[in-house]
Order: sequence, then C-alpha cells, then structure tokens
Amino acid sequence: MRTFRISIIGFGAVGQGVARSILSKKEYLNKQGIDLQVMGISDSKGCEINENGIDIEAALLRKKQKGSVAFGDAKIDIIRDVEHDIVVEVTPTNINNGEPGLGNMRAALGSGKHVVTSNKGPLALYFSELKELAEDNGLFFRYEATVGGAVPIFNLVHEALAGNTVLGIEGILNGTCNYILTRMSDERMPYDLVLKEAQELGFAETDPTYDVEGIDSAIKLVIIANSVFSQAATYKDVDVTGINKITPEALELANKNDYVVKLVCEARDGKLKVAPRLVPKRHPLAVGGTLNVASILTDLAGRITISGKGAGSIETASSILSDILYIVRNSKS
Amino acid sequence: MIVSMTLELKDIPGQLVLALSPISEFHGNIMSVIHQHDEKTPRGTIPVQIRFEIEPRILNGLIEQLEKSGVKVARVGEERLRSTVSVILIGHIVHSDMGDTIDKIDSTGFAEVVDMSLSMPAIDKTSSAYLVINAVGEKELGMALDIMRDVANKKDILMIEPIHMNSVGA
Repeated sequence: MRTFRISIIGFGAVGQGVARSILSKKEYLNKQGIDLQVMGISDSKGCEINENGIDIEAALLRKKQKGSVAFGDAKIDIIRDVEHDIVVEVTPTNINNGEPGLGNMRAALGSGKHVVTSNKGPLALYFSELKELAEDNGLFFRYEATVGGAVPIFNLVHEALAGNTVLGIEGILNGTCNYILTRMSDERMPYDLVLKEAQELGFAETDPTYDVEGIDSAIKLVIIANSVFSQAATYKDVDVTGINKITPEALELANKNDYVVKLVCEARDGKLKVAPRLVPKRHPLAVGGTLNVASILTDLAGRITISGKGAGSIETASSILSDILYIVRNSKS
Repeated sequence: MIVSMTLELKDIPGQLVLALSPISEFHGNIMSVIHQHDEKTPRGTIPVQIRFEIEPRILNGLIEQLEKSGVKVARVGEERLRSTVSVILIGHIVHSDMGDTIDKIDSTGFAEVVDMSLSMPAIDKTSSAYLVINAVGEKELGMALDIMRDVANKKDILMIEPIHMNSVGA
C-alpha cells in the first residue's frame, strides 16, 4: 500500500466534494494499493490538523453544524509546516490578484508539495510562473478542475491526444449562460426573467456579472490558451461579449433557421474570443441546459468533442481526484 | 463557373439522355437535375432544371449542341453567389437605417443580402433581425462580414455570427 498525504485548502462546496469523494472511494483506492490520508483541512475561519489522518466524516459534520472545519484554535501554516505530499488548493477564485490561492500555490510548490487545484484566478494571472515553479522543483501542477468542471479537457489534450497538434478549440464553458440561453429559447422568456429564475434555482449568483458578461468564460479560455497553446495570454487578450443583450426574438429567429445561440469560447489562430454565436442545431457544440462542451480540432485525430457537467461539488471533485491519482501514479516516491 | 439551366424536352422517350449527354461530352460536371414529368409547359414540353459546373468558354458551344439535337434551352443563368453566411443582429435596427447597411453590402458587387427577417416586439424594445448574405467566394464573404461588423460597431448593434469550425474536420 502506498500512502499519499494531502491537505485540502478551502472547504467550500468543492473542498467538501473532494473530502466526500476520498471517503466514498476509500475501498476503490485501497484495491489499487493507494491510501489517501488527509493531514490538514482549512477554511476561512480555521483548520484541523491530524498527523494520523483526519476523520473526514467528522470534519464534514462539523462544517455542516458549525459552519467551519476549525478544530480547537490551531494557528498553524498547513501548507508549509505539516508534512504531506499534495496540496489541494480549492479556495474561491479571485480574478483581481489571485489571492489567497496564488500565495497558497507558491507556498506549496516552494516547499516541495504537488498542487492540484480548481482555482481559476492564479492560473489566469500567473500560469507560466506557477508552471515553471513546479517544473523547477520537480513537482506536479494539475488544474483539470479549473475549466469545464467534470469534463477532462486538459487530460484529453495532453494525454489521450498526445502527438496531435491542436489547431483550435471551441467550447461552452459556463453552465449559467448555457442554462439562461437554453431556457430563453425553449420557453420564449425574456433575459431578465430567466436570470431571476436561474438565481432562485442557484444556477446564477446574486451578482451575475461575472457569468453573463462572459468574464468567467474568458478566464477559462485564457487557461486553455496558456495550457494548450503555451500562449502566455491574460484576460486582456480576450475579445469578450456577454449574453445580456440577447432577446427571445433573436433566439426564435435562430431557431426558425435551424440554429441555436450559445456563448462560445474560441481559441484559434492565436486569437481568443468569447461571444454569442450561431451554432447549427445538429452540431456537437449545441448542448443544452447547464452542460459544458469542448470541441478540439487536431491535425491527426480530426475533431474530438466532449461534453458533461461543468459545475457541482462532486463533479468538480471528480476532476480533482483524477489529478491526485495522476500524481500518485506518476510520482517516484 | 456554376450554371443553372432550364431545358424544355419533348414528351417522348429518350429526351433526358439527349439533354444530358452533351453536358458530359463538354466536360461539364452535373450537380443536380430536377425532372418533373407531370409539370408541362403551355407548349406541351417538359421543363428540366439542371445545375452544373463548366469552363465558361465552352458554354456557348454546349448551348449550340443542345439546340442542334432538338433540346430547347429556355433559360441560362450563372450562379455567382456561392458562399453564404447567416447572422443575427440585435439592437435599434430600424432606427439605425438598415436599408443603408444592406445597400453597402449590395453595392460591393461581390456580395448581396438575400434574405432578412425582422422581429420588433415593441416600439421601445430592441429589435432582432436574421440576415443571410451571399457572396461570390469565401474571401468576399469575409469582406462583407467586415462591413457588417463595422456597421454593427458604429451603431451599437450586437452581431451574432456563426461558429467557425463548422465544416472543417467535422
């Protein structure tokens, strides 16, 4: 049995999803000779540390009952001072300066720990720095969960499609926008009303700007550009148009002519663009509801399209667990 | 060039072959044939619509050959506009003088707006339009789209274009 020690930094929906997945997959992992021990968990209010491995069930329960995972008043720097192998960095995305995620990732890579993350901010701002820091220290830096939730875009491109040159990528990478456009089109409802409905269902934030103006999509496209095309792009390089001006009449006109309107992210010929686009109804990109989709055009394999759930606690944890296992299988220790 | 031709055939057996074989003899590449036997012209002949690709300089020789063999060539037209794109516009389209925009495209000589549907829900609301633009080739279509983008930009109209990788590798 190989034991890998991890920490979970950030214990919101994704962090708890990761903890739940590790718990529910214990037997599955043991059969493969892998034992994942959670040494430390932290949230904004405090942390729990246990050098023998945390009782995940108890930690989840405490979070539910008390609103925090904090146990006692331990004020220890988990990343630097607790001995472990992998830091799962799942604090909230901050697109202005990347913090606290950026500092956490630098600390982890600087103190010999691999990083697995779902946090888009630091990657959109400092992708190359973090990637180099990991390489220089012989560590893994994995970020499948940052784009497309459960949809394994980076694994597909870097592993399964290794040897191919990627010519372009198109995708729908924001479930909120996809939900709004699908509902507007299906029910012929105006934008404001559907947005309100989405907010009540929890598919959209109280402040929807980040989603509906295309910012979230653009950030994900930047990460794709950096990871797949080694482009050293930032948010400023993306030509962004949101969905807030779209009318039900426009969607109906599209529908009559066998099109749907989708907020499409596109990386091609070195250009990055997020905009509402006409997608033929039978095209693989024409997925509805909150689904995400990515269509990758390569020289050898042609077009490969994958779609799936772009958000959700357990779905995102699926990508994180997959990254953890990648490290477990590929690291020498 | 792509030619669409309406021929009139006598209502006796063997006429369709008579009409089609000269086209292949003249190295024309037939793209479609519509032959409706029960739709007769007032003259009692049967109209056939044929689309084919052929070298422009050979076309007159072909027409002569068809007439010689007793096939009446009722109409010959060149299909100039081969590339097509659909876009949706959202904004104050009517007040922004759409006619002027369409004129701009049509006056290029290489592109035309061939279809437009407009939806205006209420006076104070933004309207939406669906436009089809045809052009002689992909490059010209791109130039027509540039004109549209420019107008949309200036008049604060949201223009929704189709995705790109539509046909490539699909």
